[in-house]
Amino acid sequence: MKRIELERVSKSFDGREGKLEVLSDLSLSVELGEFVSILGPSGCGKSTLLSLLTGIEAADTGTLRAGGQPLAAGRQPFAWMPQNDVLFPWRTVLGNVALGAEVAGGLSREAARARALELLPTFGLEEFADSRPFQLSGGMRQRAALARTVAQGHDVLLLDEPFGALDALTRTDLQLWLEQIWERERWTVVLITHDVREAVLLSDRVYVLGPRPASVRLELEIPLARPRTLETLTDPQVAALEQELLTALEVGADRGD
Amino acid sequence: MRQLGRVFPALLVIALLLIAWQLYSTLGALGNELLPAPSRVASAGWADRSSLWDNLLPTVREVLLGFALSLSFAFSLSILLDRSQAVRRALMPVLIGSQTLPIIVLAPLVVIWFGFGLTPKILLVALVTFFPLLVGLLEGYASTTRDAMTLMETMGAGWWKTWRLLRLPSALPSFFTGLRISVTYAVVAAIFAEYAGAELGLGIYMQSAKNSFRTDLVLAAVVLCALLTLALYALTFALQRLVMPWYAQSRERPS
Repeated sequence: MKRIELERVSKSFDGREGKLEVLSDLSLSVELGEFVSILGPSGCGKSTLLSLLTGIEAADTGTLRAGGQPLAAGRQPFAWMPQNDVLFPWRTVLGNVALGAEVAGGLSREAARARALELLPTFGLEEFADSRPFQLSGGMRQRAALARTVAQGHDVLLLDEPFGALDALTRTDLQLWLEQIWERERWTVVLITHDVREAVLLSDRVYVLGPRPASVRLELEIPLARPRTLETLTDPQVAALEQELLTALEVGADRGD
Repeated sequence: MRQLGRVFPALLVIALLLIAWQLYSTLGALGNELLPAPSRVASAGWADRSSLWDNLLPTVREVLLGFALSLSFAFSLSILLDRSQAVRRALMPVLIGSQTLPIIVLAPLVVIWFGFGLTPKILLVALVTFFPLLVGLLEGYASTTRDAMTLMETMGAGWWKTWRLLRLPSALPSFFTGLRISVTYAVVAAIFAEYAGAELGLGIYMQSAKNSFRTDLVLAAVVLCALLTLALYALTFALQRLVMPWYAQSRERPS
């Protein structure tokens, strides 16, 4: 079943220098329980795509469907995880995770805390329930942010470059960790990233967006066996897939200028 | 011991000032009558302690009640101004204007309008202290990050929920900055109001002491005012620790 469907979606903004076309005729879909990455150069309109999916902006033309139903404005059927963890410093780790259940899930404060407490072990945070965000490492903060996203109770997660601000080692560590828990939980995930390796390692399918106005340049299945581990990274297939994606992104291509 | 080490520099400065003052009043040109030495201020204040105490209490009450009014006013107004840009544009000039009223002229007028009771004092304290609180809150709301706002929006939080769960806690650090500025004005405002007319209070005490040329008692009352302000200032830190325990912790250790 198609969980998310975008059909010929266009979006432009009124900028200082006239109309700025950001998305043009963009079509993509995500199956239930599928891990899909959207890869693109910076400034290609990935965030605009996200703001359409989160219901913050409305598309100019085209249709967005969630579970076969048109995506109604002002409804938020997906859980968004921002790039910077945005953990509230005045809340404990438990309180931050509970925020998702309380605000998006509509649970009472007690029920939200109970739900958050259930979730913490999955994210390896059970010992840090009463810690404050500033006491956590960068990787732990991202895990807490992901826990808050899951706590919202939606089956679709929109991850906005979740590991972009981490150092390379922590990033790889978290990617492998995410692969592990995704195997167990099988959420439907849309991952926005500009990290080619991350897209290959984690996704079932990758969409490559071109520069503005963005549309889909390439749709690539990632046929790597799961579970994917550290060994997967050295699989020759990975190198080939990465090269294909990089080519589509025109990285290293001769520039006419 | 560490606590003592932290207050020692302040105590040293005060001690040096007192010594200089003591020497100047005993040896200087003004003479001990016009400029009483600290020792004399202390002994005169101590001799008149029951009267000073009776006059201190009303001042403390005015300051606290004035602050209560000021806090509720600043908070409600900040919500209103945060909610609507139009209201903000409409009201801000008036609010800023209210801060330019010379309190020395306003104090007697307020006494004429509201009498010698508690009301004019509370109003003056509130008038002088609400503005730093309001500005602190508004700046604090503005410090809320865009990502955090988007997060609340994508979670379907309405305006009120966003305010309560995000904007208010974000504003607390800068609110406390405003609060600390405010408390240093509060006692002065109460004294001004009393000076313009009151039955009891440090302001009226100072006035009658001045009228009978008891400069030593005037200064004793001044010392009490300073101590009161210091105590209120310290109280803001205690309150901050209570309301936002995470803040001091997160600043103590670099993350």
